[in-house]
Amino acid sequence: MEYLNIVFQEVYKILFLLVPVLVSVAMIVWLDRRVWAFVQKRQGPNVVGPFGLLQSLADALKYIFKEIIIPSSSNKVIFILAPIVTMTLALIAWAVIPFSATQVLADINVGILYLFAVSSLGVYGIIMGGWASNSKYPFLGAIRSAAQMVSYEVSIGVIIINVLLCVGSLNLNDIVIAQQNLWFVIPLFPMFVIFFISALAETNRPPFDLPEAEAELVAGYQTEYSGMMYAMFWLGEYANILLMCAMGAILFLGGWLSPIDIYPFTLVPGAIWLILKILLLFFLFALVKAIVPRYRYDQLMRLGWKVFLPLSLTWVVLTASYLFYFNLLPTN
Amino acid sequence: MIAHAIFFYTFSIIAVVSAIMVTVSKNTVHSVFFLILDFISISCLFIMIGAEFLGMIMLIVYVGAVAVLFLFVVMMLNVAQQKNQWFASAASSKHIPVGLIISTIIFFELIIVIGGWKYKPEIFDINNSSKVSDLSNTHSLGQVLYTDYIHIFQISGMILLVAMVGAIVLTFRQRSNVKRQSYIKQISRERAEGVSVVEVASNKGVKIDD
Repeated sequence: MEYLNIVFQEVYKILFLLVPVLVSVAMIVWLDRRVWAFVQKRQGPNVVGPFGLLQSLADALKYIFKEIIIPSSSNKVIFILAPIVTMTLALIAWAVIPFSATQVLADINVGILYLFAVSSLGVYGIIMGGWASNSKYPFLGAIRSAAQMVSYEVSIGVIIINVLLCVGSLNLNDIVIAQQNLWFVIPLFPMFVIFFISALAETNRPPFDLPEAEAELVAGYQTEYSGMMYAMFWLGEYANILLMCAMGAILFLGGWLSPIDIYPFTLVPGAIWLILKILLLFFLFALVKAIVPRYRYDQLMRLGWKVFLPLSLTWVVLTASYLFYFNLLPTN
Repeated sequence: MIAHAIFFYTFSIIAVVSAIMVTVSKNTVHSVFFLILDFISISCLFIMIGAEFLGMIMLIVYVGAVAVLFLFVVMMLNVAQQKNQWFASAASSKHIPVGLIISTIIFFELIIVIGGWKYKPEIFDINNSSKVSDLSNTHSLGQVLYTDYIHIFQISGMILLVAMVGAIVLTFRQRSNVKRQSYIKQISRERAEGVSVVEVASNKGVKIDD
């Protein structure tokens, strides 16, 4: 009975976290399309519901009732597993995101490593989908995306080391609390810019959406997918984008801390501040999609390996030397 | 305690079964996927005994990077649909004695290690490790790695670097007559170089590309 109680409590907590994440993924798709449309002087989805807010729900309903087509020459088990893997990996990472000092599902010691590990596993959904489709365009898209995501992971890892040097802990709450006096976006501003661009590449967002470049590869790894399986890829992708925004907010923008440490602002719950910061970062993601043209593939690789990696490594040396010289290294 | 045991047996059964499936599955890509499953369940076991840092590094390094490259190579080589007639064919049967010898040696090594651990625990100085138990996993690992074992740590890093440079040197070919794109040239191109306004006489036309 006692075990059951604990299990029910945990399930309740998980649902309390996952349902808002899924709903906000649907809303964020709408926001993305709206921002994209406004930059191009269009209206965007504005018919279903007030301001078109229910557009994503209508889309989801459409996907649910569409037939799922499984190509006869595909590797069926892996073909079906791929969207499930993408979706699951995008959702389990939210377990460690702290919404305030106490509101966190799993306050583990190696939180940032967990986030990094889960985001680096995200490539498997794409490779599996691309390979199991047994078709040329999905396979090319999957190969491209594997190379791209592995490359940009390296620079994200080095940027995380930069932040960890200033914090002295791998716990996400410690990272947030270390920014109480100064958000890391100010001393580590170049790293923030590189993190943002690497996050774009890591989530296959424009201008780095080469795995699904419409002009060359039809739709990349999702070409053969239809109905609910396509929708799951789509949900997983946007949940990943939200996750990257949350990671950026926690590493550089002070997580759930209020921007000004004065009386009325500190009353607002930390979750609201975190959500506002995530939304700000997502707005930048959406703007970039509308403004910047797509990269060529060799330029993408060059940017990752020849520009971002040396830059962030140099910055690690700089940060470490500065902290060591002025005796600011965090100890406990 | 019961929940702990249930999770332990679940993960270890998955690990053992997927390790067997790596060797017996006919499709090479499938065996790489089973290898990934094996890595994941072993890192779960690491986390369960409290080695959370090791478990996460296992996930990041092996699953996130090494296995992706495995998958990459296996998919590119297109060996996925090979016929699994390994034991039947005459050419490959001479590898079997060598493989048997190597696996016997590894088996006895494992027996020695596990037996020593089980029956002579004083060989493995467990008392040393309890000193740092109040620290988190990452801290205690770092304190040992960057003080007592700093030279071994650095040397292993150097070996990896040498291996990487060596692999690049061995496979690098300087190919002539390949058109290369210079980014500096492309970016620093001005409008005046690319566009020129020409007055075209009637019925004459303009000669381009000369």
